[in-house]
Amino acid sequence: MGNQSFDPRLVGFLCNWCSYTGADLAGTSRMTYAPNLRIIRVMCSGRVDPQFILKAFKEGADGVLVSGCHPGDCHYQEGNYKALRRHRLLSNMLEQMGIEKERFRLEWVSAAEGAKFQKVCNEFTEQIRKLGPLNMNGGKNEQTEA
Amino acid sequence: MNENKKIKLFINNKPIEVEEGTTILQAAQKMDIEIPTLCYHSLLEPYAACRVCVVERKMGEKVDLATSCNTEVKEGMEVFTDSEKAVNARKMNIELLMARAPAAEPVQEIAQKMGIEKTPFEIKDPTEKCILCGLCVRCCEEVVQANAIGFVDRGLEREVSPPFGEPSEDCIGCTACAFFCPTEAITYEDLHERKIIHEEMDLGPSKAIRVPLRQAVPMVPFVDEESCIHFKTGGCQLCEKVCEKEAVNHEAEEKEIELDVGTVILASGFKTFDSKRIPPYNYGRLDNIISGLEFERMVNASGPTGGEIRMTNGEKPQSVGLVHCVGSRDENYNQYCSRVCCMYSLKFAHLIAENTDADIYDFYIDMRCFGKGYEEFYHRLLEEGTKFIRGRVSEITDIPLSEKEEGKLIIRVEDTLMDTVRRVPVDMVVLATGLEPNEDQTELARMFNITTSQDGFFLERHPKLAPVSTASDGVFLAGACQGPKDIPDTVGQAGAAASEALALADKGTFELEPITAEIDEEVCAGCQLCIGLCPYTAISYDKEKGVSVVEEALCKGCGTCVSACPSGASQQKHFRDQQIMAEIEGIFIE
Repeated sequence: MGNQSFDPRLVGFLCNWCSYTGADLAGTSRMTYAPNLRIIRVMCSGRVDPQFILKAFKEGADGVLVSGCHPGDCHYQEGNYKALRRHRLLSNMLEQMGIEKERFRLEWVSAAEGAKFQKVCNEFTEQIRKLGPLNMNGGKNEQTEA
Repeated sequence: MNENKKIKLFINNKPIEVEEGTTILQAAQKMDIEIPTLCYHSLLEPYAACRVCVVERKMGEKVDLATSCNTEVKEGMEVFTDSEKAVNARKMNIELLMARAPAAEPVQEIAQKMGIEKTPFEIKDPTEKCILCGLCVRCCEEVVQANAIGFVDRGLEREVSPPFGEPSEDCIGCTACAFFCPTEAITYEDLHERKIIHEEMDLGPSKAIRVPLRQAVPMVPFVDEESCIHFKTGGCQLCEKVCEKEAVNHEAEEKEIELDVGTVILASGFKTFDSKRIPPYNYGRLDNIISGLEFERMVNASGPTGGEIRMTNGEKPQSVGLVHCVGSRDENYNQYCSRVCCMYSLKFAHLIAENTDADIYDFYIDMRCFGKGYEEFYHRLLEEGTKFIRGRVSEITDIPLSEKEEGKLIIRVEDTLMDTVRRVPVDMVVLATGLEPNEDQTELARMFNITTSQDGFFLERHPKLAPVSTASDGVFLAGACQGPKDIPDTVGQAGAAASEALALADKGTFELEPITAEIDEEVCAGCQLCIGLCPYTAISYDKEKGVSVVEEALCKGCGTCVSACPSGASQQKHFRDQQIMAEIEGIFIE
């Protein structure tokens, strides 16, 4: 079960226009939040290839966040809907692989929602902390527990 | 030419030459000779009902009396407007009118001028005002073309009435009859007395043709189709007749104009907070509680009171309360500060002190005098004697608890400097209403593919580094649509937006982000999966080669096609699969 000293490694794919800017706003607004999320910027959440998520888990992520603009607000009109579809499918696939659904999260964070980004970060970190480290890839993840 | 035929005649022994078809009255008016009349109006056909305009005329040997309003001039005619015969006839007609309509003021005025004290005839109804001049009937027929009223009966029983004395279905409620009536025999119920100023402000301008507001650009009147008579009956068009420049055109229609532009500056402004949303303030329910904008209209020299500060009963207030932060800095309404209210409230305090002897109470939470010279202005007001009370007003009520509160508006407030709850009775309250995004703000944001910040105003690309740009290239922001702003800030931002837009337009070329997608012809299998996904239809299928091709000028670089490509043929520059994979690997290096 959850281990309070466990520091999860999280990967976040944030879209350039909403969520990445939202994260920037959280920073410029001097909000404090869990430092566990490592961010990779993509132009659109629609750019997130399912392979990236699998790769992230393979490389040692305990959780992966994909975050884009709110539905209807996508800078590229509908890239976030494509991300939504892929999230649904991939979640099912992850379960079959033995990775808990909760480790893969999709969120809508607009450029104005620094506070929401802070909340998502804290929640997600806490959630993964409760789940514990992801045990795959020959215990590569266990390094963090040491 | 018939039109230009001139006719010579003499009026009071003075010669004059006028065009054929002119009436004696018009000729006399040209010579500045006054002939009294009650039923003549330059915009209506003459009717000769009042017979006050009677004059003596001489044509050759023939001498007789004639009503000057409907008698055309003839060659060699001699007219005497003040001969004994004419004056006697006029006196008689006035005396008859005085008996018919004793309450009609214009008749009394003419009688006074002519030295008639009272009428020898029997007065039937001392309150009667109608002189049967027919102006109302004629305007309804000729101008409005509604034909809703007419004369009924004859002789002593004659009166103006709609058919069968019942409200007419043809009446469009234009009130033109009341406008033309010289004696106020016809009035309209919604004509407010001049002194009920605040309600009049609510009613807004009463005319169908008007300038939308005093600061309008361009400063040009428009015809309001909702209230214009012409759009109801097809008649009237008086404005077209009187406009010398022939600038009025009722046939003009609203048009949508499509323009191809390279840059757009959004300056869609704001709306003011509706104080009715705060029930305890009783705005709109109690008299003499007005919003900042209404006060602004009242103190305007061209406003309904000519710049005088008045309560609804027409008197000057003895005490005025200014309430800050109405709808701003309030978690129930808007959390943000509207920025302009503190300063405009201080201006109001200054204007009230200048205009009246009233005690001024200013209820504020924090005094936000952020601009150049603002703090100094605040200090000036402290010296002017405005009483500043720090605390948010909780309620404005008319329920008195003591004798001195009777008939007053009582402002309940916690005075946080005195650490006590106070009740301040005042005559008038001005609410410093805050600024809000427009109702169609989100719609507009969607249209331009930009976002709004949490407060609902448009979001700039970067608060410090790109304050007038947006997430959409070529779309810039100016003014309060981006956030509450005073005039200096708006002007400054608008200048910045204009120069940004010009810089882009001046360059004449457009820079694309180098992040477009490309498809490797060697790898592409021609499955065309990407074509359906592209929101910009930037990908097409090259039948000859059997591959999909990206049109670089259309591609905006979202990368959706890249993540969907099963073979990895589609790659986004700077966001290649390999690059992101490497990033993922690198991100875990501690």
